[in-house]
Amino acid sequence: MEITLIVNGHPWTVSVEPRKLLVDVLREDLGLVGTHIGCEHGVCGTCTVLLNGRSIRSCITFAVQADGAEIRTVEGLARGAQLHPLQEAFWEHQGLQCGYCTPGMLMRSCEILADNPDPTPHEVREEIASNLCRCTGYQFIVEAVCAAAPRMRAADSAAATQSQAEASA
Amino acid sequence: MKPPPFDYAVPTTLDEALELLATHADDEPRVLAGGQSLVPLMNFRLAQPRYLVDLRLIDDLRAIRADGDVLVVGAMARQSDVQRAPEVLVGAPLLAEALGYVGHAPIRNSGTVGGSLAHADPAAELPAVALALDAELVAAGSAGARRIPAAEFFTGPFSTALEPGEILTEVRFPRRAGGHAFVEFARTHGNFALVGVAAVVELDGGTVVRAALALSGVAGTPVRATAAEQALLGTAADADAVAAAVEAGVAGLSPSGDLHGSPETRIDIARSYLRRGITLACSRAGDRR
Repeated sequence: MEITLIVNGHPWTVSVEPRKLLVDVLREDLGLVGTHIGCEHGVCGTCTVLLNGRSIRSCITFAVQADGAEIRTVEGLARGAQLHPLQEAFWEHQGLQCGYCTPGMLMRSCEILADNPDPTPHEVREEIASNLCRCTGYQFIVEAVCAAAPRMRAADSAAATQSQAEASA
Repeated sequence: MKPPPFDYAVPTTLDEALELLATHADDEPRVLAGGQSLVPLMNFRLAQPRYLVDLRLIDDLRAIRADGDVLVVGAMARQSDVQRAPEVLVGAPLLAEALGYVGHAPIRNSGTVGGSLAHADPAAELPAVALALDAELVAAGSAGARRIPAAEFFTGPFSTALEPGEILTEVRFPRRAGGHAFVEFARTHGNFALVGVAAVVELDGGTVVRAALALSGVAGTPVRATAAEQALLGTAADADAVAAAVEAGVAGLSPSGDLHGSPETRIDIARSYLRRGITLACSRAGDRR
């Protein structure tokens, strides 16, 4: 079956078996191996990607279910060599050890901060509970997400100012 | 690829979906909603349907609306949308509260209300909510639509009154006065609960005039704690009345045990959580006591 996925802004048309999972299409057909596979039954969250802006488990989603959707993966965060504020904060705060859960943590954090741009550490801890990390004990991950929040608010307001300027120009 | 092979259809109308189920009746067709229960089962090959009918393009099935005193939730309404919908917060706050316990946010972003009810996991939250609220589940079939009361819908573990070829289209939750509470015990937040309690209590002048209590995780289907409801009626829901109701509620339970908890453990948890649920629902029902 032929489907179209808009992944990190680029449209891809791929032919897939209906039973092929979204994460397998991302990794095998599109070569985007940043999204990791963990439990393959929707429990660990390492395969988390954004589908139309919402975090979902790509290991329990058939690729055909995402036909026509906008997908954002960890590869879509950095702009060239410039890291996304969340990536920067994870780096600075040591929000990872082995790194296996990190792509899922980052994508989940995107939605957490989109829904709640100024969360308390407790709120971050509640919301990030969807994703398992077996190394860090979560403390540094929570600190990283909290540190990223003001930077993302600043980036958002800068982008809003710029789009206003462009609109009035 | 972990899931077994299957043929896949994604109709854009309900009639088309019903027709596909009828024409592929020999292939053990299954309806695909959000897939948050079915796809894991297929990854484990515990479910091996040969034909899947994906309902995601049938927009009519996503509506959330008020119909007089009834909250109508389309079967394909996403759990995260339902959890936040103003109509739900007003019309069925018990449903909104229970949804907070369904998996984690990424699961609710894909999972649907109808999918969870049709899957009928005995430990799941939404079947207990439907039972406590006396919801009606609307099934469409080739012969038309029928309304199934929640009390008749859940027939066993992962079994419902839906006939082959029928599709759950919407769920009708009557609006209930009074206070509500959904509480559950799970070993890990986001996991399936050992026991869940859905409670709605209405007070009049400090006296209980209506009580609806449903439990999950203590039988093959969600169960109404009818004896506990009766015991609460006419009381002021003080500590003694609540304690008597709780004992009446757990008296008839005979849950099975598994590695997550023995029958005794589950009854003990049911006792604690019934008390918490009743107490919270009563306190929300009003301060006129």
